[in-house]
Amino acid sequence: MKPAPFDYVAASSIEEAIDSLHQHGDAAKVLAGGQSLVPLMNLRLVRPGVLVDVNPIESLSFIEEDSGRLRIGALTRAHDIEQSSVAQHACPLLSEASRWIGHRAIRHRGTIGGSLAHNDPAAEYPLMAALLGARLVMRSAGGVRTLAAADFAVDYLTTALRPDELLTQIDLAVVPPGTGWSFREMARRHGDFALAEVGVTIVNRNGVIGDVKVAVGGAGPVARRLSTAEQALKGEAFRPDTVEAASHAAAAECQAESDLHASAEYRQHLVRTLVAEALREAWSRA
Amino acid sequence: MPEPSRAPLFGLVTMELQVNGRPAEGRVEPRKLLLDFLRDDLRLTGTHAGCEHGVCGACTVILDGRTVRSCLTFALQVAGHDVWTVEGMAQGDELSPLQNAFHQQHGLQCGYCTPGMLMSALELLHERSNPNELEIRQAISGNLCRCTGYQNIVKSIRAVADAYQAGAIERAMGDIWPKPERRSSHG
Amino acid sequence: MLAAGFLRSPYARARIRSIDLDAARRARGIVLALSGSDLADIRPLPDMGSRLTKRWLDRVRPRTQFPRQRLLAEELTHWVGEPVAVVVGGDRYLVEDALDAIAVDYEPLEPVVDLRRAAHPDAPKVHPELEDNVIFDFEVALGDAAGAFATAERTLRRRIRSGRNAAVPLECRVTAAVPNVRTGELTVYSGTQTPHTLRRTTAECLGMPESAIRVIVPDVGGGFGGKNSVYPEEVLVAYLARRLGRPVKWVEDRRENLLSMTQGRDQDIEAEAAFDGDGRVLAVRVNQWLDCGAYEPQGPVVTYQTFTHLLGPYRIRHLQFHGRSVATNKAPQAPYRGAGRPEAVLVMESLMDGVASELSLDPAEVRQRNLIGPQALPYNVGIPFRDGNDVVYDSGNYPELLNRVLDTAGYHSLRSQQAERRKLGGKLLGIGLACYVEATGTGPFEGAAISIDPSGEVTLATGGCSQGQGHEISLAQVVAELWMIEPERVRIVLGDTAHIAYGAGTYASRTLQLVSAAAVEASANLREKLRLLAAGLLEATADDIDVDLQNRRLAVKGDPSRAVSLAQVARAAAPGWGSTGAGDGAGLQATAYFAPSTQAWASAAHLALVEVDPAHATVIVKRFLVCHDAGRVINPLLAEGQIVGGVATGLGGALLEEVVYDEAGQLLTGTLMDYLIPAATDVPNVELDHIETLNPNHPLGVKGLGEGGTVGAPAAIARAIADALQPLGVDVDTLPVTPERLFRLLQGEAQPSHSAK
Repeated sequence: MKPAPFDYVAASSIEEAIDSLHQHGDAAKVLAGGQSLVPLMNLRLVRPGVLVDVNPIESLSFIEEDSGRLRIGALTRAHDIEQSSVAQHACPLLSEASRWIGHRAIRHRGTIGGSLAHNDPAAEYPLMAALLGARLVMRSAGGVRTLAAADFAVDYLTTALRPDELLTQIDLAVVPPGTGWSFREMARRHGDFALAEVGVTIVNRNGVIGDVKVAVGGAGPVARRLSTAEQALKGEAFRPDTVEAASHAAAAECQAESDLHASAEYRQHLVRTLVAEALREAWSRA
Repeated sequence: MPEPSRAPLFGLVTMELQVNGRPAEGRVEPRKLLLDFLRDDLRLTGTHAGCEHGVCGACTVILDGRTVRSCLTFALQVAGHDVWTVEGMAQGDELSPLQNAFHQQHGLQCGYCTPGMLMSALELLHERSNPNELEIRQAISGNLCRCTGYQNIVKSIRAVADAYQAGAIERAMGDIWPKPERRSSHG
Repeated sequence: MLAAGFLRSPYARARIRSIDLDAARRARGIVLALSGSDLADIRPLPDMGSRLTKRWLDRVRPRTQFPRQRLLAEELTHWVGEPVAVVVGGDRYLVEDALDAIAVDYEPLEPVVDLRRAAHPDAPKVHPELEDNVIFDFEVALGDAAGAFATAERTLRRRIRSGRNAAVPLECRVTAAVPNVRTGELTVYSGTQTPHTLRRTTAECLGMPESAIRVIVPDVGGGFGGKNSVYPEEVLVAYLARRLGRPVKWVEDRRENLLSMTQGRDQDIEAEAAFDGDGRVLAVRVNQWLDCGAYEPQGPVVTYQTFTHLLGPYRIRHLQFHGRSVATNKAPQAPYRGAGRPEAVLVMESLMDGVASELSLDPAEVRQRNLIGPQALPYNVGIPFRDGNDVVYDSGNYPELLNRVLDTAGYHSLRSQQAERRKLGGKLLGIGLACYVEATGTGPFEGAAISIDPSGEVTLATGGCSQGQGHEISLAQVVAELWMIEPERVRIVLGDTAHIAYGAGTYASRTLQLVSAAAVEASANLREKLRLLAAGLLEATADDIDVDLQNRRLAVKGDPSRAVSLAQVARAAAPGWGSTGAGDGAGLQATAYFAPSTQAWASAAHLALVEVDPAHATVIVKRFLVCHDAGRVINPLLAEGQIVGGVATGLGGALLEEVVYDEAGQLLTGTLMDYLIPAATDVPNVELDHIETLNPNHPLGVKGLGEGGTVGAPAAIARAIADALQPLGVDVDTLPVTPERLFRLLQGEAQPSHSAK
């Protein structure tokens, strides 16, 4: 399983990367962590004519907190997000989700930008982007563009990223102190892709549910927020029947599909179960 | 059917890097996997190909102090960087404590997964001097073994941790990990 | 060294209209590209029929059809992954580029994928030259099953399905052939489990004398049966090297491995048991279908082995068994760790639990009532083994094995905990048992060539080899003890056809057992020769001579001053002026081939404790206990390693592993992200215990054990899950119990035959 031949550009700056993408158009692909791209190349399912390696671009790797948002460079490794004290403080949900990504060696190379650009619904970062209202910044020879996660994640393995664009930065909402959060995932083995995964943030206003966000991955073609579940929760007292109604709504809304590993019905069941668990856990932290 | 190759006929690139603490060099095509560069060009055949799609972990090496899948890395990407392989663990004929432990605890049978397993174990013990069983199993969860059922691998790693605790051996192999000044941009 | 690569069929069943190799031949760095029509100068692989023993054929009278496997597919393809063309070039990268450039015009045909439908006489034929797809069909009767069923108090029936498994050794197949252009000899390096058979087959196909081919097995990264067949790729690599006059190497990649290494399990078994009110099983009737894919490179071994192992350690005197191997358009099937035994155990243990359930008896109690007691051994089961001899359990203590695991597990305490948990709701505990016997050490033979160097080093060479079992160590121990020298003075040479004339190979849990027996015989012969030589030099009689290899001297008993050195004896053994050494008797060496009269029956009891999480439909194996009996254990550490490794594999088959093809015969589990093998976080610590009932037919009492962990674990875990779900009134009848299948069981639904699709 050896890749087809390609030309290689090691970009040392964002400008250089963008220039190469502009120059080579459809033939070019960005090489970031490579943990999703290179297996496809080794299997010859993907055969880019030019690989633009952005790994040398140090300015693409950072984590900062600024005015209630967490700004993360696209090239930031999953391991560094997991270990980052900034992330752990500002958005423990993100650190927790990072722990579920594959195995250590994968996390050392896999990047948040790469994961989002690949947009596998069973991965963890697309779910985080949906849940935390991520804004994705893309640059090209034509300028800069910012898209909300919901607009960026178009379909299964498909995003709004154009062939000549480089994803440079993601900013997401922090989880403010007092906001409860939870991340729950079910995978076949430790580190495998999720059969279903759920993220929740929730605010407790004296026993009544304030702002609440529920997002699901692994079930449908893209990870996304579940508005009917959120509507079933907001303004309600936090009670078992509220949780149950919300989890049922989530299961109904999640567009679960069948594949080799799980049927749509089983996925729906998992979504229902995981949403309930996540709500209870998030509430206990709120 | 795909287009024929567009690569130039002699698209070889010269590169230099550090391997096991010593300078190394090669001339490679961009698509040459680090795995194949180590094995075929540098004749370091300890690193093994088990799947070539990043799942089995047999190809694990340490790049700039971090375990990576050499089957998912192109050789050119590590030009100017530091790579450690299993060949860097022993001092001549003297096996490292981890290797000795695997030997004594029967932590290997066919030995094919072992180099990658050792790299992951080395990293674990570098970070945690006293990992519990769950931590050990999670640290090696990305290294598949078909022979041992993992029990003796866990014992081997535990044996080294015990030896550290007892002060019987030192935490060696410091050359592998870069000094802590780096990586400040992530907080 | 040149690299070879294979183009593989993308269709399960298709007519090959044309293959255009022009672009491939012109591609950069390519020296040769061939398809099936370019192989006129190679003979096809040998007919599998030649492997079956006459005695067995006469007793069982099966119906057999043997499709001939092509080295490269010609007019028709038979499974996705079948080799269709081969390319040789400078390196694997270039070879894969050239493979991309090969244009094949296929006419896709309707594939045969469903096992039961494939067995119909009117199903489309996988092999047009055969009558139908049932390439092996046999019936054996023991006692009077019909009568027993007619008069039985109670009966029950089950339909058990065991999903297809892949061997997945961490190292894929590798073969390299190096020709000596001057002498015409060929050296083949291959990760095979069966070097002498590879040599013989290569010689036959290439039209060369066997003596001109040397097969050397280097370090092999796991085999598990998947490297026991002689593959077209291996023979072709040898052919290519010879044809080109240059070394050629083929390194299989994982995609190829999951597509075309031989696979295992894949059985559909209907079983009925007739039993009395005390839970004694009187009779069993079985209808078996095994999906053997496009070929059975080793013949109907697995299918028949399920039959011979079905009754297990239980006293059942009536059996009606109808078994079949059915060809389909999937990868060929050959023995894979366990080789039909795990499926047999799964069926029998399901029946035992069924009996317990019907009578509201404890499952352990039911087993104890049915187990053959130690006083009854040797026990003639009354059915023919595949060598044509009766199945006779030579030794064992089956009740002891079960009692020990129950005791160690704290069985009654576990049952109490289970009851408590049931009252509380939430996660469910389940306890599963598997008691089994296991034929080990199959013939026809294995050899030991022992030679002594004047320096005192002893070498043992054998055709057996190692893929991680550590035979180098255990055999060195045997030789060291036989000659009373330190193991460091022993050299073991495995898997090299130049060092011993005949060999069978490493499979079927046979190597240590058979080679050690051969070593005993060869050593005895050699010791006698040494004594005779020394006696001649010392003018004494052979009986009076002490052999002290540790100190390299031979002396007259009771008179140490009358002694000769090993070097002197070596000189006397060599041909020369006035020496006694001559012809085949020259030299300090002796070779013996041990042909066992029958199998040695190892046994074990397994106990699995599982926790089922109904909320997520997941299972964790909390504890796993084994008490095994493999006769005399030579190296406990190595033995335990084999069992624990086997249990892990069995766990994989129970919970994770399934080769899945879709209706078009396309492989859906084509990467290790879809075909899941156990990782470190999936396997518990296995609690080990053992007893030793010595093999009466072996000089050291050794039996085999390489597969044991795999034989019992799937059943133990399946039965544990079923036990956990008992209150729901559902049973486990399909492996693997994936979360999807568990979900369906928890919903009270019948299980689909494959996963979600």
